[in-house]
Amino acid sequence: MPKLISGAEIVFKALEDQKVEYIFGYPGGAVLPIYDELKNHESIKHILARHEQGAGHAAEGYARSSGKPGVLLVTSGPGATNAVTALTDAYMDSVPLVCISGQVPTHLIGTDAFQECDTTGITRPCTKHNWLVKDVNDLSRVLHLAFEVATTGRPGPVLVDIPKDIQFKKGKYKFFKNTLKKKLNGKTTHKVSNSELDKFIDLIKKSSKPIFYTGGGVINSGPEASKNLRELVSLTGFPITSTLQGLGAYPGDDPQFLGMLGMHGTYEANNAMHDCDLMINIGARFDDRITGKVDEFSPGSKKIHVDIDPSSIGKNIKVDLAIVSDVSELLKSLIKRFKEKNKNFLDSNKQKTSKWWGQIGKWREKKSLNFINSEKIIKPQHAVQRLYELTKSQDTFITTEVGQHQMWAAQHYKFNKPNRWMTSGGLGTMGYGLPAAIGVQIANPGKLVVDIAGEASVLMTMQEMSTAVQYRLPIKIFILNNEYMGMVRQWQELLHEKNYSESYTAALPDFVKLAESYGCVGIRAKTPEELDEKIKEMINVDKPVIFDCVVDKAENCFPMIPSGKPHNQMILGPEEEEEISDEGKILV
Amino acid sequence: MPKSKSAYSVPGKIGKIERHIIVVWVDNEAGVLARIAGLFSGRGYNIESLAVAEVDKKKHISRITIVTEGTPQVIEQINLQLKKLVPVHKVADFKRGEKDILFRELALFKVLGNLKKQEKVKKICKKFNPVILDKTNKSIVVQVTALRVEIDKLALDLKRLGLISTSRTGSVAMTKGSKIFN
Repeated sequence: MPKLISGAEIVFKALEDQKVEYIFGYPGGAVLPIYDELKNHESIKHILARHEQGAGHAAEGYARSSGKPGVLLVTSGPGATNAVTALTDAYMDSVPLVCISGQVPTHLIGTDAFQECDTTGITRPCTKHNWLVKDVNDLSRVLHLAFEVATTGRPGPVLVDIPKDIQFKKGKYKFFKNTLKKKLNGKTTHKVSNSELDKFIDLIKKSSKPIFYTGGGVINSGPEASKNLRELVSLTGFPITSTLQGLGAYPGDDPQFLGMLGMHGTYEANNAMHDCDLMINIGARFDDRITGKVDEFSPGSKKIHVDIDPSSIGKNIKVDLAIVSDVSELLKSLIKRFKEKNKNFLDSNKQKTSKWWGQIGKWREKKSLNFINSEKIIKPQHAVQRLYELTKSQDTFITTEVGQHQMWAAQHYKFNKPNRWMTSGGLGTMGYGLPAAIGVQIANPGKLVVDIAGEASVLMTMQEMSTAVQYRLPIKIFILNNEYMGMVRQWQELLHEKNYSESYTAALPDFVKLAESYGCVGIRAKTPEELDEKIKEMINVDKPVIFDCVVDKAENCFPMIPSGKPHNQMILGPEEEEEISDEGKILV
Repeated sequence: MPKSKSAYSVPGKIGKIERHIIVVWVDNEAGVLARIAGLFSGRGYNIESLAVAEVDKKKHISRITIVTEGTPQVIEQINLQLKKLVPVHKVADFKRGEKDILFRELALFKVLGNLKKQEKVKKICKKFNPVILDKTNKSIVVQVTALRVEIDKLALDLKRLGLISTSRTGSVAMTKGSKIFN
């Protein structure tokens, strides 16, 4: 008969068997037995956040940069409710998280006990699944199942709520593997049939105006998927654009890459999406920031959609060929079959797509990401470009907050590898980037991790600087400080007659002094002249840094598709006629 | 049309609304009904009626029958979203009016009235498998099983005869012939 151990010990046994190295959390009354057990398990390190939301985003950053599930440990009541934003964020962006929450003892559940809340009720819509464990003998099965649900199919967060008495109770531990016999969450390893592949290849061969539209699914499918994607794109010679979440799956500086698409995507990417005759969606979900007006979305194209989640297919846009599959597996078999039957496709097809490439070239000439640079004041786009130029030689990880700076980062920072770009796309959580950077740095010691931030967003989770200092994580918080909630201000300027209602922050802290008070380094850059030197200084400090980059307060993020407009009606800049400076000038 | 002042797109064309009956087999565990109902309310789908009970005592499987309305795209989403839930085993979907499916609802009617009126009640209910569950000099409780529209009509007719209380279940469904839901 197996030895009886406490629920708290079962938790750690399960974490050990799942090869968990780090948990992010915050203690409290209802999880004390689990925290008490922590000391007996050396292979698991606990990272103490300053707020459960911070712990959650840190776990997300860890998961997205490492490909492993992030583990979060919080107490009952406020601990659990504070974690809800992070869980929802992970749910929207398909990040595997396992959240373990303490709960009041079973006999007190339902009595409005101290720090009691209906955690499984509250988190039901923001997790793939959750469990309230009322019997200690269920605990090991549930925990292993939780990891399985979080990491299979379309990944996402799960939560296991463990009442305090269950943490004390003795029970049996068993390692459960692959407990899910039945199909679940669209994770059925659907074998792609040859006829599906042939239809796919047939559409590729018939197309004269094709485009690849790829998303976060490629990243989630693992590094192999990015490799396969690159091979397929080079085999076909087709242009490719990516969603915000898909950046890095395909090299950002490759000539076949048209840049990001969507509301703040490039002119060439959006026009190509609108005018194409074949759209190959791989691991993206036709989000409203991408499609704009659904009725006028890419009216003349055949559409292929590859997604691991069947409910993503046909949700927003009807498609002609739907394939439910893991991206990597699909691409592998597609490439194999394509190569067998189509030798020299690239050369023989060149002529067919040459007109299309010519058109794309014309769109590119608009140079939609250009901006009017200044010698007196730092333009935020310029700051991101300089940051890119000065960090591209090393393996750099970028996180962001949410707003204008996030879009500028996506537009001007070029990613060449997957898992290097962590941003809150679906939920759009201000305050995501700083704690996420902590998780990224934990998973990637010795690597450069930069949070491209806005001053408003970063103040939402600023307390986590203290965490970074405690664990000696040399994250760099690169704040594009315009004293406004920039994206809010931009919308107010364009759509609300410049009524800047509550979007200006009047009493900002001195970020340099703030950095010092946290025990890290504060750097400020005020002019374009000193920017490079200061960025280099930031990179070379082996300590956490808050970089206060004082930028133009009035700059807007262009290009943009106004709401309710189709892709081919973009606004390119403040005054479209005005001559935009050439690229060379920007780089000076 | 006024210019949209939101960061979001304007609604597109809305397709034709259909009524569907969706049958879901689930693990009968705590919170499973909340998961199903929460999915519907959270994503803005309708539940017109709902019937649920455990049908397999050994495996603890419950069968939920949901009547809902939506465009074909919404109905497809409902099916796919339901299938994603962990405790859901299988989902079957039928359009109202399909030929090889049986639908039934059960209703209890309490009517106040003398024996003469009670006879009238029995007569009206005759076609719908009436069972007299309780009877006094002043009142009668009748159970009928019928289609939704039939029960709607019956309730209207009984109102004139002194109907004071109605209790109805949601619709349940089964295939005709030897076939079963797959």
